[in-house]
Amino acid sequence: MAEGVKPRVKVPKTASAGETITIKTLISHQMESGQRKDDDGNTIPRSIINRFVVDFNGENVIDVKMEPAISTNPFFEFEATVPETGDFKFTWYDDDGSVYEETQTVTVG
Amino acid sequence: MTRTTVTGGRLIMAAAASVFALAAYAGPDEDELVVNDEIEMVTKTDAPAHLDGLDTIYSGWRFRSDETQAVQTDDFDNPAMLWVEQAGEVWKTAEGSEGKSCASCHNDVDSMAGVRAVYPKWNEAAGEVRTIEMQINDCRENRMGAEPWKYAGGDMTNMSALLASVSRGMPVNVAIDGPAQSTWEKGKEIYYTRYGQLELSCANCHEDNWGNMIRADHLSQGQINGFPTYRLKNTKLNAVHSRFKGCIRDTRAHTFSPGSPEFVALELYVASRGNGLSVEGPSVRN
Amino acid sequence: MELNRRKMLVLGTAGAAVTAFGALPAFASATEDAIAKFTGGADVGEGGVELTAPEIAENGNTVPIEVSAPGAVAISVFADGNPTPAVATFKFGPLAASQFAATRIRLAGTQDVIAVAEMQDGSFKKASANIKVTIGGCGG
Repeated sequence: MAEGVKPRVKVPKTASAGETITIKTLISHQMESGQRKDDDGNTIPRSIINRFVVDFNGENVIDVKMEPAISTNPFFEFEATVPETGDFKFTWYDDDGSVYEETQTVTVG
Repeated sequence: MTRTTVTGGRLIMAAAASVFALAAYAGPDEDELVVNDEIEMVTKTDAPAHLDGLDTIYSGWRFRSDETQAVQTDDFDNPAMLWVEQAGEVWKTAEGSEGKSCASCHNDVDSMAGVRAVYPKWNEAAGEVRTIEMQINDCRENRMGAEPWKYAGGDMTNMSALLASVSRGMPVNVAIDGPAQSTWEKGKEIYYTRYGQLELSCANCHEDNWGNMIRADHLSQGQINGFPTYRLKNTKLNAVHSRFKGCIRDTRAHTFSPGSPEFVALELYVASRGNGLSVEGPSVRN
Repeated sequence: MELNRRKMLVLGTAGAAVTAFGALPAFASATEDAIAKFTGGADVGEGGVELTAPEIAENGNTVPIEVSAPGAVAISVFADGNPTPAVATFKFGPLAASQFAATRIRLAGTQDVIAVAEMQDGSFKKASANIKVTIGGCGG
């Protein structure tokens, strides 16, 4: 697992049924592109988060294939529909096999 | 027509700004900075009385593009807050032989509101002007019995960013008289001294040429109210002494070291040039 | 180098060869290949996709972009001046409230960024934007 990887998500705590909400996510990650060289001239191997998936109560919201051109500390913003009370599940997949997860509950009042 | 989109509409764009943009004006814009829709920042104000070289002082934020400016308007968008959160954990974690954390003495970090704004500051017991980093290491060594942090290392810069974050919006107000005066004067002398093969002083760029382009970049007044700052260039938090080192290195000189008496004095002087601007750290710059 | 007639001839021939070579059609660029991989080689029309990006990026490390294509199934983003053109592909699920996404990307220099959307009917649409990436001064 890459060191110090920390996900952050911004999701409203409450919504009305069927409401559109804006979600933002940020995860601390170097996103080593595989294009850089170290001080000795050796290529630093690629090590990125290559996929980001958001589901709500098991149904998909967005599924992102990420390439080395995504900036360090990947940031995403998108819009989701909240049909009922439930959990947003955020999953980031690392090249090294690590999986980072975060869950946020939204209550429909 | 502009293709710029500012997310959340938090930037208040003055009409004048776009007119200047058309003329490729490299000076500060007239945008106003409000962070999290609640912290109103003073990014432009009258220069303090001691400062002869400038009439109006501007935060470096005013010199950045709308896209870079927007990243600082919301704590979620600002990647620096990742490290502020980490420092928030460290604040509450006991370390060292005394079994104490920062919170053991200082309680919640919100109790430190206003501290960043008055540093560097004269410390009577120590008989010296101290930066906030020096004070943090004093706490670590003498109160916690912990190892001091590297002056401009990651742990230190994260903690310094946490302390700045709780003072955001408060005016920088460092004291330059009384026992601090001789240090301030030393810092002022460094500011106006030409260094390196390029023979450039701080003032040559940041007092004589702010608002002009330096290569493809807008040259700011070199204010430090936004430090530590997250730079897009290296995607991490940068301490103010690291910035000083970078500037002096760019003049092709041997630089002073982070934490050196020269940089402590320079920090006091440069901070005093921004007295009246809001504490912005951790800011976002290019 | 001293130029004589023979060397001039050689140079002239080489020049002509390069010209002829360059005039040969259908050397698809890496970006065209990458787009074809996404579209399966289908025609790509204009309109229906919006790509929002700064005209001038202060630093190529972190360039904010937004894509939007109402009714799209997926949007793929390409940067034609990067060592590898692919940037990201957004697939929208049933609970996506809009076919919109914003992110921050790396650009190796001034170049075109292209967003290609796959619509529900299987057609493809694109939008592009030229982004100038400045080589900074000192960043202050």
